[in-house]
Amino acid sequence: MNRHLYDLQRAMRTRRDAALRRGVIAVLDIGTTKVSCLVLQFVPEEEGEGANARPVLRQGAFRVIGAANTRSRGIAFGEITSMDECERAIRTAVQGAQKMANLRFDHVVVAFSGGRPRSYGVTGETEVENGAVTEADIGQVLAECEIPDYGHDRDAIHALPVNFCLDHRTGLTDPRGQIGRDLAVDMHLVTVARTALHNLMHCIRRCDLELAGIVAAPYATALASLIEDEQELGAACIDIGGGSTGVSIFVRRQMIYTDAVRMGGHHITSDICQGLQVSMQDAERMKTKHGGLIATGIDDRDMIELPSILGDWDHERRQISRSELIGVMRPRVEEILEEVRARLDASGFEYLPSQRIVLTGGSAQIPGLETIASHILGRQCRVGKPLRVQGLPQSATGTSFSTTVGLAMHVSCPHDEWWDFEMPQDRHGARKVVRALRWFKENW
Amino acid sequence: MLPVRAAQPRRDPAPSRLRYRLTRLWLRPAFRRLVNLGVPLAAVLLASWTLLAQFDLQARAVALYEKARDAIVEQPQFTITAIEVPDVSADLAEQIKIAAFVNLPASSLEVSVAAVRSRIESLDAVERARVQIRSNGVLEIRAIERMPVVVWRSEKGIQLLDQNGIRVAEVDSRLRRPDLPLIAGDGADGHVPEALLLLDDAHPVLGRVRGLVRVGERRWDLVLDRGQTIRLPETGASEALRRVMALEAGEELLERDLVTVDMRDPRRPMLRLTEHAVSELERLRRMDMGEDA
Repeated sequence: MNRHLYDLQRAMRTRRDAALRRGVIAVLDIGTTKVSCLVLQFVPEEEGEGANARPVLRQGAFRVIGAANTRSRGIAFGEITSMDECERAIRTAVQGAQKMANLRFDHVVVAFSGGRPRSYGVTGETEVENGAVTEADIGQVLAECEIPDYGHDRDAIHALPVNFCLDHRTGLTDPRGQIGRDLAVDMHLVTVARTALHNLMHCIRRCDLELAGIVAAPYATALASLIEDEQELGAACIDIGGGSTGVSIFVRRQMIYTDAVRMGGHHITSDICQGLQVSMQDAERMKTKHGGLIATGIDDRDMIELPSILGDWDHERRQISRSELIGVMRPRVEEILEEVRARLDASGFEYLPSQRIVLTGGSAQIPGLETIASHILGRQCRVGKPLRVQGLPQSATGTSFSTTVGLAMHVSCPHDEWWDFEMPQDRHGARKVVRALRWFKENW
Repeated sequence: MLPVRAAQPRRDPAPSRLRYRLTRLWLRPAFRRLVNLGVPLAAVLLASWTLLAQFDLQARAVALYEKARDAIVEQPQFTITAIEVPDVSADLAEQIKIAAFVNLPASSLEVSVAAVRSRIESLDAVERARVQIRSNGVLEIRAIERMPVVVWRSEKGIQLLDQNGIRVAEVDSRLRRPDLPLIAGDGADGHVPEALLLLDDAHPVLGRVRGLVRVGERRWDLVLDRGQTIRLPETGASEALRRVMALEAGEELLERDLVTVDMRDPRRPMLRLTEHAVSELERLRRMDMGEDA
């Protein structure tokens, strides 16, 4: 792991903490179909009684004071293809949210769904310095992890310590303060394509916003749509979005695997568009209005009027039955789910104690998806709506807003990552002054 | 690559970068306050300053104001034509009229009654004053004169004091007011009431009293003619003096050949005789013993 990235993530952490102290932070989900933005206000609570009451910032207590979403432009597969268009989309969403909140925000946490995320499980081992495990020991053990060679064109966006092992006692989530000698850690490293990530960061900078964190979209989605038991016992969250389908697996409240299939609702739409010879907009409309996945007898008689390409009423009038539409949509959905199954198989999902599967994202609203998914993935599936958040408008409570809500939950109670711990001193290369200062601070 | 300006279908509406930045700027509370409050204030200030500077408006406004004010002030209803000082002696009245410092005829709007009063009260001879502008154009000053009760002879000169020890006037000679008793010594002016009480107690010998002397700024000596002195204690001076007066009434003590009656220690009063009296006493005693006359 290079030094630069560590510093970058540290800087984003600092900005996030600053924003939380000010009490206002925004989350931005840049998806392939829509860009949505929520403004969160962290309400300080009063602690103590009477005169010595003082405001305390509890991170859990936030409310949504602004929400806006807009159709995204210039984004494909969750990655930016046209910087200008994407910037316009972000500006629209941000301005709408600011207007609703009547408040300006500078710091924004962004979800990133593209960039072909890849998971690595890495382990590290070290000896505890003096008896009880301290933060420095955790920093040490995290730095000891053997970082795989993931290629020069990729960057790590998450490095989550998922499991600590102290003297062969495994399954510790927080070993701080415990007595032991050998400390080992399993860390989950998520990398994404560097260019896509840097494009995104540049785009945020162009919108005069400061990036306070980048979260992999499947991770955020799972935080909002998996309930606590599922996170604890093991579950997969499948976020079928517009341009990509994110897969994340949680067990013991930690994300242990994430991946993305570069297919989603847009591909279904384009199938309809090509198969039925209608325009993209009409195909989208047909998909949302009449779409389905399981044909029954009545669907054969349920005729759908196809809009004419030329716009003539007289000449070209076509009708198809609903089962034909289903016949177009279903193979693509099956393909997506089969890809997902391949990813789940590769991840070792079948060894988890409980294997719930939660479908979410915009395309999870297709009727009959649960049944199909159960057939293909071989396990019980449910469609998961995001958890309820105070102040969230009714229009943003659907499955397509899981990632946005998940981002809000992530901001309110973030997991510790590698960059939350100090890098051990011998890894600090040229920062001699900082080291000297720290030595003075610790010894006097 | 597609041509840059391809016939794009329809771009979704989005705020332009300038508009976006302006909106964000407008949402800054400080900026908002500046624009809502600061800019109008600055504009008004600038405009008024420009107007005043441009057309010499300030001088015109001042002149106009002065004119209007003068017109009101010079109304006959507001004119003071006389000063009346009733119920005081003539020379004090003259003094008061000078001290009031009002040039007649004056306008009652310009005369500050409180200032006149404080000027008059700063005179020694005036204890209190009431100043009133009456509706017929008369400034009436009712002053209460300080009455001198003692003459105080000190290092600073001879002064007349009222019963609170406050200076009423300075005189060049004690003979100006032979009717008032004389006190002397440093710090005597602070104890005028006590001195008056003592003099009251001394009324049997009032014809012989020369005066009271404050000794060491703590006690009194009553000085009589023929060089006689009654030394009084610091506390209980009145009782001591009354004892002496009783002795005078019973035994005509002060008629005798004494220099000093020392009452400073009330348990042990002492008499000091003149030298002649002492030698006479010796002689009589020897005669009494039957020795050679």
